[in-house]
Amino acid sequence: MVYRGPYKIRVEEKDIPKIEQPNDAIVRVSKGAISGSDLHLYHGMIPDTRVGMTFGHEFVGTIHQVGSSVQNVAVGDRVMVPFNVYCGSCYFCTRGLYSDCHNVNPNATAVGGIYGYSHTCAGYDGGQAEFVRVPFADVGPSRIPDWMDEEDAVLLTDACPTGYFGAQLGDIAQGDTVVVFGAGPVGLFAAKSSWLMGAGRVIVIDHLEYRLEKARSFAHAETFNFAEYDDIVVHLKKETDYLGADVVIDAVGAEADGNFLQHVSASKLKLQGGSPIALNWAIDSVRKGGTVSVVGAYGPIFSAVKFGDAMNKGLTLRMNQCPVKRQWPRLFEHIQNGYLKPSDLVTHRIPLEHIAEGYHMFSAKLDNIIKPLVVAGQS
Amino acid sequence: MTEIATPYIANKRTPMRSAEDLRAQIPGWGADLDPADRPSYPREQAGIETGAHWDFPERQPEKWPRERSVEHAFLPPVFGTSTPPAGASGAIRRHAYKYSEGRAAHWLLLIAADRVDAWEHHLKSFATLHPDNPITETGVAAEFRRDGLSSGFGQKRADTNHQWIDPIIVSTRWVLTAVALAAALKTLGKHRTT
Ligand SMILES: NC(=O)c1ccc[n+]([C@@H]2O[C@H](COP(=O)([O-])OP(=O)(O)OC[C@H]3O[C@@H](n4cnc5c(N)ncnc54)[C@H](O)[C@@H]3O)[C@@H](O)[C@H]2O)c1
Ligand SMILES: [Zn+2]
Repeated sequence: MVYRGPYKIRVEEKDIPKIEQPNDAIVRVSKGAISGSDLHLYHGMIPDTRVGMTFGHEFVGTIHQVGSSVQNVAVGDRVMVPFNVYCGSCYFCTRGLYSDCHNVNPNATAVGGIYGYSHTCAGYDGGQAEFVRVPFADVGPSRIPDWMDEEDAVLLTDACPTGYFGAQLGDIAQGDTVVVFGAGPVGLFAAKSSWLMGAGRVIVIDHLEYRLEKARSFAHAETFNFAEYDDIVVHLKKETDYLGADVVIDAVGAEADGNFLQHVSASKLKLQGGSPIALNWAIDSVRKGGTVSVVGAYGPIFSAVKFGDAMNKGLTLRMNQCPVKRQWPRLFEHIQNGYLKPSDLVTHRIPLEHIAEGYHMFSAKLDNIIKPLVVAGQS
Repeated sequence: MTEIATPYIANKRTPMRSAEDLRAQIPGWGADLDPADRPSYPREQAGIETGAHWDFPERQPEKWPRERSVEHAFLPPVFGTSTPPAGASGAIRRHAYKYSEGRAAHWLLLIAADRVDAWEHHLKSFATLHPDNPITETGVAAEFRRDGLSSGFGQKRADTNHQWIDPIIVSTRWVLTAVALAAALKTLGKHRTT
């Protein structure tokens, strides 16, 4: 697929990408996915999103070609590729901050490299395609274990580790009350992971009833539909002895709904780096001295965040893009132990040829969509 | 005096489910209770094994003067080559990269370039055998095939209250850009004749 401007994409023939650096590999994609983050690109919210770019940062496939220095994977290997492009050797990578690599993104120092995610994230073409260039093939990709389902592997390239990471950023202690804003794939995984870390109560907030239903069945959470309350923050206070929650996770990001002015000024008119409705609700509904974990993504332009309250309440704010591969060994154990089945969230399998409709459905949240996969080479 | 339902005392009032109950009811409850079992704890860890077998990666060739943030000491060794800057949008983008990421000008120019870029390509596409098609490219057909109307009807959803703005904003953009283009052509024309 290629981007044609806000709300527009189409399928085009492109040349097969070439090896540009000795540790590159070319991967032939078998399955990919559309992510909540792709919607920010699709809506034209991320600066330096160029017409002609191919999106897609969640994909698995087969190694088609390798550069001269590649030693950890070989042609024919089935691999899963984290959404982060990272070198493995810089100041940040060697400390485990893979999403903050300093060697892969000329365009910005505030973010690392992400496949198919604008030039602000370095201008790499992504995996909603048949072939994709994967830099640092010895660092990022892993062979898909034999026991692992391919659809689980796709979800492990972003949504599942991001939710798991979001729960870790909350520094959850035993018995904590955790509120998760957003019942998309990331929020659902964050809610599920909060239990692993010992939460005593997990509450999920959204306005899409079918997603809240999933939060109850998949993530064992209590749920509230914010559209049914005059003021969801007051309701959450009521639910938490008027103290507030110990930990709140923002798994919504830049295009939050719920406040007409904020949503329109950010999402429609692009006057803000994102409408921080969910983030402001998080700041309001967490208890004093509590922790707000932000995994929802925001653009680099300023957003109207209620910083004064965060300061006065003595909050800890923690956030990042997820360093995906760091999460894998432990997540693999949880999957093998039966604690988690990532592909439970897959609702749609869309052939690459029909991806424009897939984007529209996911953007407008039609047909009870939660996680759409993109399947290559099928008509 | 009336009884206060939730007086502010030292402990939470709502009783918590016990660890035994939680463990019995929720698969994997508490598996990562010990922070040491959490992969991103602590945030930074020394000596992580990443698979890299270089101190500094070999540099990939720079095939065009690659735009880069002025906050970088040099051009990083590896980068994307998806879509080199071109045309008027390319000129705006190259200009935007003269400002640091800390300056609003940097981002606002990039956003402006994105809009110009889309227009350059829409116009160009009309001179090709593959013109932009707003129906197929926006995927709106999914509205009819995939339950669009019933997904929004009779439910409490906060996104349906602003979806009506979309057509107005999208079409206003087309009109404004057409006016801007006409103005630009006019100025260009004047420059040429004087
Ligand atoms: N940090 C990372 O590494 C990382 C990785 C992946 C995704 N993300 C970000 O996480 C966010 C969620 O991703 P996703 O794939 O789950 O997206 P999604 O679009 O499927 O889910 C977002 C959900 O938030 C709900 N929502 C909207 N406004 C809300 C509000 N005010 N309060 C509560 N819920 C609200 C929506 O109805 C939707 O269900 C996105 O911003 C995405 O960019 C971050
Ligand atoms: Zn690095």
